[in-house]
Amino acid sequence: MLEIKNLHATVDGKPILQGIDLEIAAGEVHAIMGPNGSGKSTLAYVLTGREGYEVTEGQVLYKGQDLLEMEPEARAAEGVFLAFQYPIEIPGVANTTFLKEALNAVRRHRGESELDAMEFMKLLREKTKELGIAGDMLKRPVNVGFSGGEKKRNEVLQMAVLNPTLAVLDETDSGLDIDALKTVADGVNALRNAERSMLVITHYQRLLDYIVPDRVHVLARGKILRSGGKELALELEQKGYADFTQAA
Amino acid sequence: MSETSQQSLGTEAFAAQFQARRETLPGSGLGWLGALREAGIAALAERGLPTPRVEDWKYTNLRPLETLALTAARPDAPAPSLDLVPSLLATTDHPRLVFLNGFLRPDLSRLADLPEGVELAGLADLIAKQPDWLQSELSDDGKFETTALTALNTALMEDGAVLRIARGAVVERPIELVFLGAAEAQPLSIQPRNLIALGEASQATVIEVHAGLGEGVTVSNSVSDVHLAPGARLTHVKLQDESHRSYHLASLRARLERDSTYEGFGLSLGAALSRNEARVRLEGSGGHCLLGGGYLMRDKQHCDNTTVIEHLAPHTSCREVFKGALDDKARGVFQGKIVVHRDAQHIDGHQLSKALLLSDDAEMDAKPELEIYADDVKCSHGATAGEIDHDALFYLRCRGIPEAKARSLLIQAFLAEAVEEAAPEALREALNARIIAWLAAKPQGAN
Repeated sequence: MLEIKNLHATVDGKPILQGIDLEIAAGEVHAIMGPNGSGKSTLAYVLTGREGYEVTEGQVLYKGQDLLEMEPEARAAEGVFLAFQYPIEIPGVANTTFLKEALNAVRRHRGESELDAMEFMKLLREKTKELGIAGDMLKRPVNVGFSGGEKKRNEVLQMAVLNPTLAVLDETDSGLDIDALKTVADGVNALRNAERSMLVITHYQRLLDYIVPDRVHVLARGKILRSGGKELALELEQKGYADFTQAA
Repeated sequence: MSETSQQSLGTEAFAAQFQARRETLPGSGLGWLGALREAGIAALAERGLPTPRVEDWKYTNLRPLETLALTAARPDAPAPSLDLVPSLLATTDHPRLVFLNGFLRPDLSRLADLPEGVELAGLADLIAKQPDWLQSELSDDGKFETTALTALNTALMEDGAVLRIARGAVVERPIELVFLGAAEAQPLSIQPRNLIALGEASQATVIEVHAGLGEGVTVSNSVSDVHLAPGARLTHVKLQDESHRSYHLASLRARLERDSTYEGFGLSLGAALSRNEARVRLEGSGGHCLLGGGYLMRDKQHCDNTTVIEHLAPHTSCREVFKGALDDKARGVFQGKIVVHRDAQHIDGHQLSKALLLSDDAEMDAKPELEIYADDVKCSHGATAGEIDHDALFYLRCRGIPEAKARSLLIQAFLAEAVEEAAPEALREALNARIIAWLAAKPQGAN
C-alpha cells in the first residue's frame, strides 16, 4: 500500500525529516509516536502535499505510484486521507456542500457517477447516524464554531464519506475528553478493514488503547529510531521519550 | 497643464450637448426646470469633472471619458425581445419599469395592477403632467453637496423612475427597475434621474438591474434621490452587470427621517469603470442605514464604492459591509466616511471593507474616514485586503476538490458574508447565482 524510502524533507529550509523508511501493507494500522517537534506532522503533510513542505530526498510509493508527484486533490481522489490535527474553519461553506463537492470530485476521478442531492443526503444520514453526529453540524459552515470534539468527529465523518484506502490520522486524540475520544475511536475502528491501511500519529499512548495498532514506530529527530508491536506504545508510556531525544 | 496638477477635466462636450438640446429636453417650457438645468450646467462648468487630485476621487480616474466622443442617447433604439430583459426575480407579475438607454419603454414595462399605495411612473411623463410636488422633489434644497456628476445629471436628465409609496402602505411585491444600455458604434451618454419617496410607516423593496445589451459603450450617470418619511422602511438591491466597456456612475442621495430604515445592497459585476457613491443623511432619531456591497472584477475593470453617512440626530446607527474579489489587473476602491455631527449622541456606526486579491496585479484601495464631533459615539471600521486563505485551500484540495473548484468555493463563501448580512433573504439565491456564473466564466487557476 505505502512504501516510504529514505524520505528527507525541509520546512523553510530547515531539515525536519532525515531519512524515513516505512512500509504499510493493506489492512494494517501503524502508529507513529514521538516527542513534540520530531517531525510527525511534517510526515503527514508531506504525504498529502501541503505547500511549504519540501522533499529533498527519497521516495514515496502509494499503490506502486509516485505519490509525491501528485497534486493534493489527486492524492485524495486516489484514496489518501488526512484527518487534520487542527481542522480548518471555512466560513461561508456549509458542511453539507463541502462534503458533497468532495465526494463527487472523488467519484468523478474514480470514474463513478456523481450522487444527486437525494442520494447524497441518504448516504450522509447513514454515516452521521453511525457516528452520532447531530444534523445541525451539517448545516453549519465547515468547522466554524465547532467544539474540539465536533471538529474531530467531522474529520471522521469526512473519512467515512470519502472511503479512503490510506488514512493518516494526525493527533486525532488531541483536545478530546475521554468520551469524545471513545466516540472518535469507535468511528475509526468501524472503518478498519482488510483493504484500508491507517497511519495513526500520536504523542500519547492513550489513543492506542482504543485504536489498537499492528505496528508502532518511534519517530524522533526526523528518523524512525525504533519499531515494534503494540507493546512498544506501553513501554513509551512508562519511560517517556527521553531515550530518543538525546543526541546519539 | 500636466496631468498631475490638473484638478478637473473639461466639460465642454457636455456644455455643447446642453446648448444643442436645451429646447428639446423634457420640461423645456417649465421656467423652474429650465433654471434648475442652467444652474446644473453652470455648477458643472465651475467644478469640472473631478480628477484624482480631488480627495473624493483619489483612486478613480475619469480621464478615459475625455477620449470618448459621447453623444446623447436617443429614445429610438430598437427594443430587445421581452425575454432578453434581465431580472433578479423569478416572478413575472411584479411591477416593473424598463428603461432602454435611459428612456422608459412602456412596451417592456409592467405598470398595470400596481399594488395599493404604489405610484410608479417615468420621470418624463410626470414632467409633462407637471405635478406640483415634482418641483420640490427635483429642486436642490442644499442638503446634499452638489457634485460635478449630480450637476451634470440635473442639467441633462431626461427620464428615470419615480416611485411614491403612500403613508402606511406595506408593499410585499418587489418593484423592479431595469436599465438597459444598448449602444452601437457611437458611445452614448445617459443621465437617468430616479426619485423614490416612502410615506410615513410604509415599506417597500426596490430592485435595480443595470445591464448592457451587446458590447457597445454607454456612460450612465444616474442620480437617485431617496426620501424616507418617519418609520418608513426601504430595501434597495442593485445588480450592476453592464457591458465591460461601459461606465457606470451612480449617485445615491438618501434622507432618512425619524425611525426609518434604509437597507441597500449592490452587486457589481460589469462596466469598465463603476462608481457607486452613496450619501446618506440620518436626520431623525431612530434612523438606521445598512449599506452592503459585493463586487467581482477581472481584466482591467475598476469598481469604486464611496459612501458618506451623516449622523445628524441622536440614536441613529449605520452599518456597512463591502466585500469583493479582484482578479487580473482589476482595481477596487472603498471610501467610507462617517460623520457624526455635534449633538448627535448615542451613535452606533460600523464599517467593514474586505477584498480578496486573486492576482498579484490586482489592487485594492480602502480609505475609511471617521469625523466625530459628538462624544457618546460607538464607531468602528476595518479594512483588509489579502490573498485566498491557503490553509482553507489545502483543506479543500486534501478532500479531493480540484484547485479551481476549491478557489471558486472560497471566493463564493467570501462574498456570501456580505450577501447574507446585507441582502434580503428572498434575493440571496438570485445574487449567489450571479456570483457563481461570474466564477464559472473563467476557471479560477493559481495566480
